[in-house]
Amino acid sequence: MGKVTFSMGGVHPHDSKFAHGCAIEELPLPQTVYVSMAQHLGAPAKPLVAPGDKVLVGQVIAEPGGFISAFVHSPVSGTVKAIAPRQDLAGNFMMHVEIAVEGDEWDPAIDRSQDLVTAIPDDKAAILDKIKAAGVVGLGGATFPTHVKLSPPPGKVAECLILNGTECEPFLTSDHRIMVERPKEIVVGAAIMQKVLGGCPCVIGIEENKPDAIASMSAAVAELGYPNIRVQVLKKRYPQGGEKQLIDAVMHRQVKSGGLPIDVGAVVQNVATSLAVYEAVQKNMPLISNVLTITGDNIPVERQHNYHYRIGIPLSYIVEQAGGIPDTAAKLISGGPMMGKAISNLDATTVKGSSSVLYLSEAATRRQLETACIRCGKCADACPMGLEPFLLKRLYKAGDLDGLEQNAAQDCIECGCCLYSCPAHIPLLDHIRQAKGQVMGVIRARAAAAKAAAEAAKAAAEAKK
Amino acid sequence: MDKKYIVSPNPHIHANVSTTSIMRDVIIALCPAIVVSVLAYGWSELLVLAVSVLSCVLLEWAVTKWMMKRPSTVGDLSAVVTGLLLAMNLPSAISPWIVFVGAFVAICVAKLPFGGIGQNVFNPAITGRVFLLVSFPAQMTNWNPTPGFIPLPDAISGATPLSALKEALKSGSTIPQFMETNGYDLASFLWDAGASAGEISAGALLLGFVYLLIRRVVKPWIPIAVLGTMAIISAIFSGINPEVYTGVQFNLLTGGAMLGALFMATDYVTSPMSTLGGVIYGIGIGVIAMMIRYFGSYPEGMSFAILLMNCTVPLLNMWFHQKKYGRA
Amino acid sequence: MTQTFIWTVAILTVLGLLLALILFWVARKFKVEEDPRIDEVEKVMPGANCGGCGFAGCRAFADAAVKAPNLDNQYCPVGGDEVMQKVASILGFTVAAKAPQVAVVRCNGTCEARPRTNEYDGAKSCRVKAALYSGDTGCAFGCLGCGDCVAACQFGALSMDPATGLPVVDEDKCTACGACTKACPKHIIELRLKGPRGMREFVSCMNKDKGPAAKKACANACIGCGLCAKTCTHDAITVTDNVAYIDFNKCKLCRECEAVCPTGAIHGVNFPKELDKEAVKKRIADRKAKAAEAAKAAEEKKEVANG
Repeated sequence: MGKVTFSMGGVHPHDSKFAHGCAIEELPLPQTVYVSMAQHLGAPAKPLVAPGDKVLVGQVIAEPGGFISAFVHSPVSGTVKAIAPRQDLAGNFMMHVEIAVEGDEWDPAIDRSQDLVTAIPDDKAAILDKIKAAGVVGLGGATFPTHVKLSPPPGKVAECLILNGTECEPFLTSDHRIMVERPKEIVVGAAIMQKVLGGCPCVIGIEENKPDAIASMSAAVAELGYPNIRVQVLKKRYPQGGEKQLIDAVMHRQVKSGGLPIDVGAVVQNVATSLAVYEAVQKNMPLISNVLTITGDNIPVERQHNYHYRIGIPLSYIVEQAGGIPDTAAKLISGGPMMGKAISNLDATTVKGSSSVLYLSEAATRRQLETACIRCGKCADACPMGLEPFLLKRLYKAGDLDGLEQNAAQDCIECGCCLYSCPAHIPLLDHIRQAKGQVMGVIRARAAAAKAAAEAAKAAAEAKK
Repeated sequence: MDKKYIVSPNPHIHANVSTTSIMRDVIIALCPAIVVSVLAYGWSELLVLAVSVLSCVLLEWAVTKWMMKRPSTVGDLSAVVTGLLLAMNLPSAISPWIVFVGAFVAICVAKLPFGGIGQNVFNPAITGRVFLLVSFPAQMTNWNPTPGFIPLPDAISGATPLSALKEALKSGSTIPQFMETNGYDLASFLWDAGASAGEISAGALLLGFVYLLIRRVVKPWIPIAVLGTMAIISAIFSGINPEVYTGVQFNLLTGGAMLGALFMATDYVTSPMSTLGGVIYGIGIGVIAMMIRYFGSYPEGMSFAILLMNCTVPLLNMWFHQKKYGRA
Repeated sequence: MTQTFIWTVAILTVLGLLLALILFWVARKFKVEEDPRIDEVEKVMPGANCGGCGFAGCRAFADAAVKAPNLDNQYCPVGGDEVMQKVASILGFTVAAKAPQVAVVRCNGTCEARPRTNEYDGAKSCRVKAALYSGDTGCAFGCLGCGDCVAACQFGALSMDPATGLPVVDEDKCTACGACTKACPKHIIELRLKGPRGMREFVSCMNKDKGPAAKKACANACIGCGLCAKTCTHDAITVTDNVAYIDFNKCKLCRECEAVCPTGAIHGVNFPKELDKEAVKKRIADRKAKAAEAAKAAEEKKEVANG
């Protein structure tokens, strides 16, 4: 099979994977951790502990706050100090459980050995329950609860499980490292998800710039010999790891606007999620840790790390462990340079989806002065959704919500390709994100009104009877 | 955090392109044609280029500073590109003050009143050239080659191939006779065809355009549409009657066909954004240019064709959009 | 030659007449019947089409006014009572007068008072900035300084003061259309009663953090101490979520709250005299002493009566 890629748009930033050779290190525990209750997409979790409670590593400390929500477990053993609002990395207040670390005592149900368990349980419902109970969420960025994604709605059949090992964001190497260091666990995780989805084929997509990961994953697939799993090499192109782009690249199908991947028979999971599924199902290990890259431009290699960290450790502690913030850094980012969030509050804590702390220098990250649009169309060429960012920005400025909806502002995936490629340095995405929010609001309001009208009609019809 | 770190929405990196870098690439791409023209027409060509570029830059600087009261856009080099393109459309023997008038029309009529770079409806350089063509027809069609640094082997004095052809056809001769008397062949068109700077060497223009393609500054669809349409039309007409209608090779390699298709029709601001729109725009240019060449009273129609199609760009932008993901 | 002239004139005249006839016919044929009062009402409207009334523009307002059973739900903030009276007289309604209002910026987080903690480098838009994070100062409630309100104002009544980084309202130009209040993602700008001769009191802070946190973020912040609420004799001040708010319908402009505020978060504007804090404080103290005395006397009386 040749290399494939998605069909429209995309950009080719320098991959800057400077930390790809740094083996994963275990991050020592701090004195205090702060576990956020909003680490996943959907409703925040509801705390189940009270100040003064003793907790073990892996013990449940919060339950889901809604259908789309997830369990949260204690990443450390110790005493719950407080349950209070605390600022996240954007400075917004979120509920956190503060735990003072005392020793490292684990919940006895957790299998902490390194032995590979390849036998997959038969009961699908039991597997799903385990995944749900372990608080597994998508670790590719969106942190969508995994058990929800693995339960297709009635009438929808999964035709292909796509494992996302693209890591198309520059700088990031955490997925790369786990594919090199723990390929077998990932493959078992994929086989488990395959089973849950009814035995559909599984494709592990990896970009061509990670030859060692391709080699180790291919070897693991061959060695473990599960049926219907293969590694697919992808061309290097951002945003290949976007769910819709990856489906396009691997299956040559496009998800309709407003639709879900399952509508075209696809389920996409990150390789890190697959590892979490393995640990949850085979080892009873809840999602309490993840791998995070510390890297940046012009940072000496000895200051770059791939850390296996416990969720809830403050970013400032991680930064300190890695030798402090380099003098050249002008911007700190959690996530990749294309879609990551700038850190305005380093005291913020790590969450399930934290994948990096990235230092960027002034030269690399400072935005240039905005100049007039020269209508070059580079933004439209770069947009992986085939949108016309220049037009959307103009419509947004004019307040034309109908025009925005007609021109599909709601389809924007906020990948940043438009602003990345704009020669006039116009903050296209900044505005389009607002436009998207407004259009989504209109669409939701309309759907709610339609639903209410339908219900009223139904009620009236029943009253007539 | 004592140091004030930067915070902004994503993305946090940039492709390192700017309007200036794009314009610089266009200037580099024009260089081969400029070198050929200076070699061919000597100091007077150099003078025309210098006057045109300097006038454009100075006018843009002065108007933005004193009349529009906004930061000057001279730094983006777009005025330099306009100046170069205008000069390449002028005969080398033209007097400098006429060049200045052309530059004035390009910058102060076609470009800045619409709001400056990115806002103009018509290509400034072509507007300047067309203004000069209708205002100073004598000077603008005086193609007496000025003494160059290298001799031109078969330059015709006093006329471009296209205007010479028009005269010849009027006087009753046929195209094969015309070709024979003037000794045209493919090589002469590729390297020198006795015309304005931008028309002299199709080869040099193509070389520059390949550079633009490699640098991903422009996409090839518009030039392909323009030249393809011209080729198809001339193939059909010359196939019907080769006595009256010139052939493909002659039409593509003479006059402003190459300069127009490669550098003027591809101007970002005045061409459609979508690929399909661009193709339709290109076909329109090709059709109009060929109609003027075959049936009009002017020997050359590239400039008029591009200006006319410029008018349709807002409409093409409204009608034709990119193909969207998941909305087939 | 003459003939050419005659022909030209004749053809053009005939052409003109023909086209005029077509225009006439088209105008008759496609005429839309409209209530003529809509035009009349529109004529007396300010014509700013600002949308401050909640309609798409002045014509939409006029259209709605003509169809409505009364004018209770419609008010043109730009034209004010004068215009509403005219509209009412055209349509035969009566309207009660409304007191004029003005936009008030409730943040005093100047560059000195509110040190920057990071540097914002995104699009110059408060909306974008507010969606991204809590802001480039320690205060998550204050003005973001990108000037969305200035852009929203159609009357040129708002401008950014480069010295403070805060918007300034030109009271003479402000029509209280409310566009700025909708544009501000932090809801800092409020339409308040303009007050007699423009005199008014307001709390120039929105910080809901607890006192020490608010104070740390901004020297001019309201720390929610409640002194003003305790002092107010008109029951006009409430403190919710650590921030005080003055109800402009109850405020009697005595300026006592302004005098007692420890952080200077309460502002009084357009008063003829500068506030003599000491005198006001003395007045409050005297009153309190008197009240205490009276209470004591009452107590004693009670005791006497009981005893």
